[in-house]
Amino acid sequence: MSTGIASAAAQLTRPFAAVSPRTRTRIPLIVTALLLVVMFSVGSVRYEGFLSAQVVLNLLIDNGFLLVVAVGATFVILTGGIDLSVGSMVALSTMLTAWLVESHGWSLATVIPLVLLVGAASGTLMGWIIHTFEIQPFIVTLAGMFLARGLCYTISTESITISDPTTAGIAQTRLYGPGGLFVSVPVVIALAVLVIAFVVLHHTRFGRNVYALGGNESSARLMGLPAGSTKIAVYAVSGLCSALGGLLLTFYMLSGYALHAMGMELDAIAATVIGGTLLTGGSGFVLGTAVGVLVLGMIQTVVNFQGTLSSWWTRIVIGALLLVFIVLQRLMSGRRPAAD
Amino acid sequence: MASPSTTPRPTDAGGPRPVLEAQGIRKQFPGVLALDGVALRLFPGEVHALMGENGAGKSTLIKVLTGVHPADGGTLVVDGRPHAFADPLQAQQAGISTVYQEVNLCPNISVAENILIGREPRRFGLIHWSAMRQRAAELLTELDLDLDVTSLLDSHSLAVQQLVAIVRAVDVSAKVLVLDEPTSSLDREEVAQLFTLVRRLRDRGVAILFVTHFIDQVFDLCDRVTVLRNGQLEGEYPIGELTPVTLVQRMIGGELATLDQLSGRSHEGAAVRAAGVPFLRARQLTRTGSIEPYDLDIHAGEVIGLAGLLGSGRTEVARLLFGADGADAGEVSIEGEKVVLRTPRHAIARGIAFCSENRKSEGLVGELTVRENIILALQAARGWTRPLARATQDELARHWIEALDIRPADPEAQVRHLSGGNQQKVLLARWLLTAPRLLILDEPTRGIDIGAKAEIQKLVARLAGEGTSVLFISAELEEVLRLSHRIAVLRDHRMVATLANDDTVTPERLLTTIATGTDS
Repeated sequence: MSTGIASAAAQLTRPFAAVSPRTRTRIPLIVTALLLVVMFSVGSVRYEGFLSAQVVLNLLIDNGFLLVVAVGATFVILTGGIDLSVGSMVALSTMLTAWLVESHGWSLATVIPLVLLVGAASGTLMGWIIHTFEIQPFIVTLAGMFLARGLCYTISTESITISDPTTAGIAQTRLYGPGGLFVSVPVVIALAVLVIAFVVLHHTRFGRNVYALGGNESSARLMGLPAGSTKIAVYAVSGLCSALGGLLLTFYMLSGYALHAMGMELDAIAATVIGGTLLTGGSGFVLGTAVGVLVLGMIQTVVNFQGTLSSWWTRIVIGALLLVFIVLQRLMSGRRPAAD
Repeated sequence: MASPSTTPRPTDAGGPRPVLEAQGIRKQFPGVLALDGVALRLFPGEVHALMGENGAGKSTLIKVLTGVHPADGGTLVVDGRPHAFADPLQAQQAGISTVYQEVNLCPNISVAENILIGREPRRFGLIHWSAMRQRAAELLTELDLDLDVTSLLDSHSLAVQQLVAIVRAVDVSAKVLVLDEPTSSLDREEVAQLFTLVRRLRDRGVAILFVTHFIDQVFDLCDRVTVLRNGQLEGEYPIGELTPVTLVQRMIGGELATLDQLSGRSHEGAAVRAAGVPFLRARQLTRTGSIEPYDLDIHAGEVIGLAGLLGSGRTEVARLLFGADGADAGEVSIEGEKVVLRTPRHAIARGIAFCSENRKSEGLVGELTVRENIILALQAARGWTRPLARATQDELARHWIEALDIRPADPEAQVRHLSGGNQQKVLLARWLLTAPRLLILDEPTRGIDIGAKAEIQKLVARLAGEGTSVLFISAELEEVLRLSHRIAVLRDHRMVATLANDDTVTPERLLTTIATGTDS
């Protein structure tokens, strides 16, 4: 009898010990994908007009920038790091774009490369500091977060609305597909980023080094892999992605504002984790991150369709979901507390 | 030749020219001169043992050769060209690869990737996965290993991971392979498998530097030996010129008395000790998934040896007694009184001490000094609101450094700079300070040299003589036989026998019990 209780307890703390390690890494992603399907099905049954392809496309339209930012976060988290500066970098990018285009009359063709460069450079700098001085990424990117948000206010404390016709034109462009379905330009860019990230992570040496670094940093170094430059590079990728995400958000909002993207770093991390990437690094899929973003968007959509719920319910549900997934990750790691 | 005068005449071994030749290597660490004028020659197609006590400088020399630490002086010639390595990558490019005691691979990627990462075959700039899997499979087949290259490394045993690490190292550069204590976490069969692989590589012309503390393995496998002592070169010998005894003499500098004293068994009086109420009595103690129900009595002054293969449940038995894992069922009584050991705190309060086999991850704090590490458990037992006076701390640290011959004898040295054997002694000092009634030692002699090993064995015998009970876990049967009054044998997470250690218990009988699960 007591053995029965004991084995039940063991079942509870290590339910996946018998599952092969490779399958184990995939379970959270499968759970997330199922969750997305269930949410969509329940929404379709409950709400008028929910069951349409455009609802799905709208998920992408409303969350394309988050997808790009979360892809960057996935690179960092795969190495076992964290980047808290992405939300502020997004805000800084919107601010910089709006300011240069509106107040200085620069052309988008100049502004876009400049903003991307600023994002990549600040990511590189943070990565360099993390690597060279061996400081916790949490601390360095927290400083970056305050710094970028502060820089926004030095440009303007007010929101800068963009009336530049080129920008507005791109923002309002709808790319139509069969059946009157449409997406925006940012969606195409976001999906392109996703595909590139997938290829980089799974089919280039840099991508595999990212996984190796997340698996065991000192091993990666002893195996002669360029651990330092890989580490710096993932923060550069994250900086670049958040700058690009900022540009997409600028098109979405048609304004630059220091209060844009408040807490987006947490959404990006949440999407990555819900998409099956381990916070400890070394295991996860960038396509899972896309599914994670869709789940977050779906929660938002359901709350909107329900109509009676305050928008804060979105945050509450995301928080609860995140908690569930972190516990799931813990169970998934399946390591025994001690081995002889 | 710039070799120190202590070098015996250079001996010819195989090829005309060494593939690696180090001369006058010097390495200074804060407060310690780790290497002082050390020389080493490796010839193609030989297995060369690097021997020395802990702290003799073996690990440091390896780290210099493989680019982990740059040398402060001396020359290093590989393949006729001088080198000074700034990082492991440069050493690898020059043809020197290393396999460390702890497997340094990435558990989260596949076997194929672990072998080839950094050198993946590519097509159009992208990794050519099928070519990579094929190449990895070829490399494994060449060395007679049969593994699914697409499986994650994590799904394999430590021994297999070690073999994969060697396959990687050889493929990276086939000139010099450094094996740093590769056998210390393997069981006998796995060691045999490893040796087969090493011999095959030797026959292919690879120069192999083999670091171990198992004397037998040196004579089994190696062609020549370089001995270090106290950071200096003691000498280089063909294996034929040495016997185990002379080798050990070279290593410890002729203080062989320590070993002789222990050559006889120290279990006299076992019958006396086994009488009366045991200090600790475990009945049907179990934890699902880690150890099946077992009974164990430990009397005051008794040394109980736990024998069994790696992973047979030896550590699990100890962890239950220390409260490090909670028992699912069964009971423990201490001096006849029933107790529940739910956490290590309960166990410590009852006079039980536990020296973990993972001295780095579960025991010592590398950044703290020897003194701070020694007083840690005593301070914890007193509670943090009653700090020990600094003078008392200094006194205690000095006493134990002297008693256990911890080197360097500096209470303020950071523990991470100490060698493995000395770290083990610091850990022992910490627990001895609390005057435990039962001392659990989990692999206290693993990875440490013969001199320190003998000292620790002597200490165990002395403690038992003074009435302390000891639960002694070791993979070395000879050691268990030498020290224990009784031996509990574990197999597949089950305690299969408890033997009184009299003259009828031989290593062979113990091995049979371990292998078959029955005492013949």
